Amino acid sequence: MTALAAAASQTSTGEAVQFWVLGIVAVIGALSTVLMKKAVHSALSLAGTMIVLAVFYLANGAYFLGIVQIVVYTGAIMMLFLFVVMLVGVTAADSLKETLKGQRWLAAGCGLGFGVLLIAGIGNASLNSFNGLGTANAEHGGNVEGLASLIFTKYVFAFEITGALLITATVGAMVLTHRERTERAKNQREMSEERVRGKQLPPLPAPGVYARHNAVDIPGLLPDGTPSELTVMQTLRKRGQIRDVSNESLEQLKALEQRSEERLGRDNEEEEVAK
Amino acid sequence: MNPVYYLYLAALLFTIGAAGVLIRRNAIVVFMCVELMLNACNLAFVTFSRMHGNLDGQIIAFFTMVVAAAEVVVGLAIIVSVFRSRHSASVDDASLMKL
Repeated sequence: MTALAAAASQTSTGEAVQFWVLGIVAVIGALSTVLMKKAVHSALSLAGTMIVLAVFYLANGAYFLGIVQIVVYTGAIMMLFLFVVMLVGVTAADSLKETLKGQRWLAAGCGLGFGVLLIAGIGNASLNSFNGLGTANAEHGGNVEGLASLIFTKYVFAFEITGALLITATVGAMVLTHRERTERAKNQREMSEERVRGKQLPPLPAPGVYARHNAVDIPGLLPDGTPSELTVMQTLRKRGQIRDVSNESLEQLKALEQRSEERLGRDNEEEEVAK
Repeated sequence: MNPVYYLYLAALLFTIGAAGVLIRRNAIVVFMCVELMLNACNLAFVTFSRMHGNLDGQIIAFFTMVVAAAEVVVGLAIIVSVFRSRHSASVDDASLMKL
């Protein structure tokens, strides 16, 4: 690939096939990142697009960047996104209220125009031949060695400044998410006294466990059939995420009983006919 | 196939990301669209590096990744702290200067 590929104009057929198959996957992933309603689905689509891009980096001869893309982007950054989605709430959907009238359509139109301009610009540039990375990679004995020799000579100041940037970002994130404690924390003695002198002396009852549901957001039922809020944990209670299935399951039970009665009745009739 | 198709793909991904930033209201999704734009730029850098046969483009793409990581850390911290004070991750709700 070193001498032959110099100033070539076509890649191998295998790469072309790979490009068209994975390129479609990447575009679909990008579109679903924008169009999916839930943030989790967006994050997963974006992770897929990033993995496809990593494959493209590898195909383009950027072996180091391909691996870094998978490790840093899909491994670290997307997981960070998923953590924040979990913190902020999976159920937080987009508000559909328009504060500016017709803003979405205008934005979509602007995006379309921008894309047309960008692609037309690339189409007008004369980019028919390419050199390939064979000689550049071979110069220092490989892609990673070549990158290292550039980073630690020509770009060494940029590299140092990047280190300063990362430290600043870390400190910034710690400062931003730090919360000052406004009231004194309860000590163990106060907590135990509160526990013993409070209303509920024994442990709190467990959440409802039916034959079909054993999730923690389902309240247990009291003897009269009403759900008890005490059985669901405080966080879910405050968020209003209690799932009440008592009526639903009572109806299902009723339907089941009715069906079994019909079945039994039919069987009895058949037996009588047989006699 | 000519590597210029990678540039077209990068332009398309960048456009989709830019449109997403304008269209979506959820701050986290807006952030993801920014990441998509950065990734599209990286793809263009890597492709140009291959076209010109030198590694400088890959170095720039590498620095972009580092900057993206720093940006995500700070940005997500901001989103979390905004969510704590307003109980919403929508960018429309953060239109007031003060609570």
